[in-house]
Amino acid sequence: MAKEKKGVRLEHVSKIYQDPKTKKDFYAVHDANIDIAPGEFVTLLGPSGCGKTTILRMIAGFESPDEGEIFLGGEPINELTPNKRDTAMVFQSYALLPHYNIFDNVAYGLKLRKMPKEQIAEKVHAILALVGLEGMEDRMTNQLSGGQQQRVALARALVIEPGVLLFDEPLSNLDAKLRVDMRNEIRRIQQAAGITAIYVTHDQSEAMALSDNIIVMKKGVVDQIGDPHTVYYHPVDEFVADFIGESNFLRGKLTEKESGHAGVATIEGCPVEVADIEHLSVGDDCVLVLRPEAAKLADEGVLPCKVTLSRFMGNYQNYQVMVGDTLVKITDFNPKNHKIYEVGDEAFVSFTASDVHVL
Amino acid sequence: MARTQSAELDRKKLLADPIMVTTIVVLIAFLTLFILYPLAILLVDSFITERGPSLEVFQRIFDMPSFTTAITNTLSVGFLVSIASALVGLLFAYVEVYVKLRTRFLSGLFKVVSMLPVVSPPFVLSLSVIMLFGKAGIVTRYLLGIYDNSVYGFWGIFVVQTLTFFPVCYMMLRGLLKNIDPSLEEAARDMGASRWKVFTSVTLPLMLPGLGNAFLVTFIESIADFANPMIIGGSYDTLATTIYLQITGAYDKEGAAAMAVVLLCITLLMFIVQKYVLEAKSTATLTGKASRARMLITDRSVTLPLTILCGLIAVFVVVMYVCVPFGALFKTWGYDFALTTKWFEQVFTRYHGLEAFRDSFVLSLIASPLTALLSMIISYLVVKRSFRTKGFIEFVSMLAMAVPGTVLGVGFIRGFSGGIFHTGILQGIYGSAAILIIVFIVRSLPTGTRSGISALRQIDKSIEESAYDMGADSFTVFRTVTLPLIKDSFLSGLVTAFVRSITAISAIILLVTPQFFLITVQINEFAEKGSYGIACAFATILIVITYGSVLLMNLAIKHFGTSKYTEEA
Repeated sequence: MAKEKKGVRLEHVSKIYQDPKTKKDFYAVHDANIDIAPGEFVTLLGPSGCGKTTILRMIAGFESPDEGEIFLGGEPINELTPNKRDTAMVFQSYALLPHYNIFDNVAYGLKLRKMPKEQIAEKVHAILALVGLEGMEDRMTNQLSGGQQQRVALARALVIEPGVLLFDEPLSNLDAKLRVDMRNEIRRIQQAAGITAIYVTHDQSEAMALSDNIIVMKKGVVDQIGDPHTVYYHPVDEFVADFIGESNFLRGKLTEKESGHAGVATIEGCPVEVADIEHLSVGDDCVLVLRPEAAKLADEGVLPCKVTLSRFMGNYQNYQVMVGDTLVKITDFNPKNHKIYEVGDEAFVSFTASDVHVL
Repeated sequence: MARTQSAELDRKKLLADPIMVTTIVVLIAFLTLFILYPLAILLVDSFITERGPSLEVFQRIFDMPSFTTAITNTLSVGFLVSIASALVGLLFAYVEVYVKLRTRFLSGLFKVVSMLPVVSPPFVLSLSVIMLFGKAGIVTRYLLGIYDNSVYGFWGIFVVQTLTFFPVCYMMLRGLLKNIDPSLEEAARDMGASRWKVFTSVTLPLMLPGLGNAFLVTFIESIADFANPMIIGGSYDTLATTIYLQITGAYDKEGAAAMAVVLLCITLLMFIVQKYVLEAKSTATLTGKASRARMLITDRSVTLPLTILCGLIAVFVVVMYVCVPFGALFKTWGYDFALTTKWFEQVFTRYHGLEAFRDSFVLSLIASPLTALLSMIISYLVVKRSFRTKGFIEFVSMLAMAVPGTVLGVGFIRGFSGGIFHTGILQGIYGSAAILIIVFIVRSLPTGTRSGISALRQIDKSIEESAYDMGADSFTVFRTVTLPLIKDSFLSGLVTAFVRSITAISAIILLVTPQFFLITVQINEFAEKGSYGIACAFATILIVITYGSVLLMNLAIKHFGTSKYTEEA
């Protein structure tokens, strides 16, 4: 549907803010280098204050970068005002114009573009059909539910056929169930429209469900860029491993390195087989990232442990065990026919080299 | 680390918006020319004499006993009036917010009392006090048989100003009291404090900055008040009247300018304390919205004395206002109570009534939409946009609040009678309708801007951003989004500006030329002459006009206002 999908590129972009209390300048965004391909759905993911919204607002033009240049479809856009940029934003608060009805809200951008009336009507109806709001044209915005308002906001952004669609935590005001429905809807509509989308969120499951690529941010710095699979299984550091999903961190030393990329690490005095350790040499400190669902509790295995918590959660059994001084969380899905360990039981944590990621 | 690139980019983005740049430039020019420049010229004129800079003029005015007395008079009236107003205002606010009123009549009365001073010309109460308690006063002469009671002087001013200004305090304090979380007081009660102890140890400390704020706002108003001391002050001169007499009586323009500088310094000092110390404090302590409804006091030993006291004051105020139309209907006030329409007839047949109403009406009608639009533009720029001169625009438009009308009037005389800096440039506007309209605008701008700013702060910034993002330029955003969303505030700003303009006197009386007849100037003239029948007839018609426009505004807000779509469905 979009006239032309556009890519977005940030080259060494920084933004400096002043702390209102200490009056000191600090980097809200520091040296961000991001390349987003046309048609791609990318998520900016991170905790609050990590600079993700600042990046989005710099792309939209509401903020100006202090260093670096932003490109939209290959053109530098630093000096363009928001109304001259080929972007459309879906706001966290929806930001619908309360004095207009649904039709006029969606038609607003088209009217500014001086499009003939019949064509506007045609386009608005088509886009409202796409977001599932046919027949609601005459409603006022306060007569809609949160989910419907969100759809109007999306329709209003889509209808002007922007080169790139920007989302600023659009689902954070909806309840949990609706959030899941809406994110699937957003993905469907983005695919149908074939449009480049940049999506800001602090909700990792939203990022996983929506994105082709995830940009994980930490304190103004781009920490990792990768597809959901990569950031989940191959996080670059503990922050990413911890922020996306749950992780156990097993700390130890690399004690053996074989010719290939396999070796042995020593955790709490026990040898553990590891793989993908090109970046390490024997004697280095290392951290093993072990996902709770990748670890199993068994009568024999890699690391001996003692069970300190055992809870039935319905679809899984939730364990916490101590391996020496390290707390390890284990999630045992569909536990109906599994052996259940009780608090105080001695057991082993079991996993293979391919279950862990070595930092 | 430097924020130079973003500053540069922001500047470029601003320059890409010619309408916005033009607006800012025009605004700065307007504010500088008609607010800063008239004040600056006062300083220049009073410090620089023909023989170079000197303090000679100041020495001269401080040697005048009448001037030093005026300073003492002004400050003592201001001080006592503001204490009294703040206390009466607190009483009313407390009763409304905390006490369960038994009758709807009383809450209706409160509403009337809070509105009367807004719609009436500033000196109506002086007229009524003279008519009720003066030598020929109904109360003093007929009910009490006192034949030589003098209301002129300190006590006259004190009573009239207190009754005029306490409703402002009442409305300020009411807002603050409503924002106190009831659970704070319930916690104190729960721990065993008596109601009086709760009031003195919880409510009052929370209110202190707010009370200080109300005190200073009233202080500024009282010091700046011209019309009441003029009519009821008698020989008790305040700074505002002394300056007026210095110009119109002694033709001493340098002396008046120097006096105006002194008056301005006093109000500015208070304004700065009020704006930058107390205003911030009074809102900071009470940020939280009340979490739930307050348990109203029903205890009769508390409610009865409080409501009776408030009721008496309120009835007294209403009687004072009611007295004005009757003053215009009685044949001779104090002697002959036969009803007559002769005063109303004389207004139109002998005293240029038609011209006066036409001139006042037309000039105010031109000034008010300009004021409303200007204040909305300023509020939009201040709240929603960021650019370098924003602070200047905000400061100067608020500064006008601290400038007494008399000072502005003298500033305009000194600044424009001989053209800008006495060069003859722009001399043409002096004595024209334009300068009167400009004075009306400058006098109403701060109120309009303040209400516009608070209305705009309520609106989520992203609504305008979304329109901007969709491709609208600043002007389109303002026209299609901002203005429709603050239509209520715009309409009320329009009417407030109209009412303030048509009832204005302090600056206008110095600038009006014989070709214009203004209602307020006429009332002042006849009240001074003692022709109370004519003065009351003028005042009655004026109140009808202003009250009518307020009613019209409320109707308009009901029909075209924004409340219908900002309310949750």
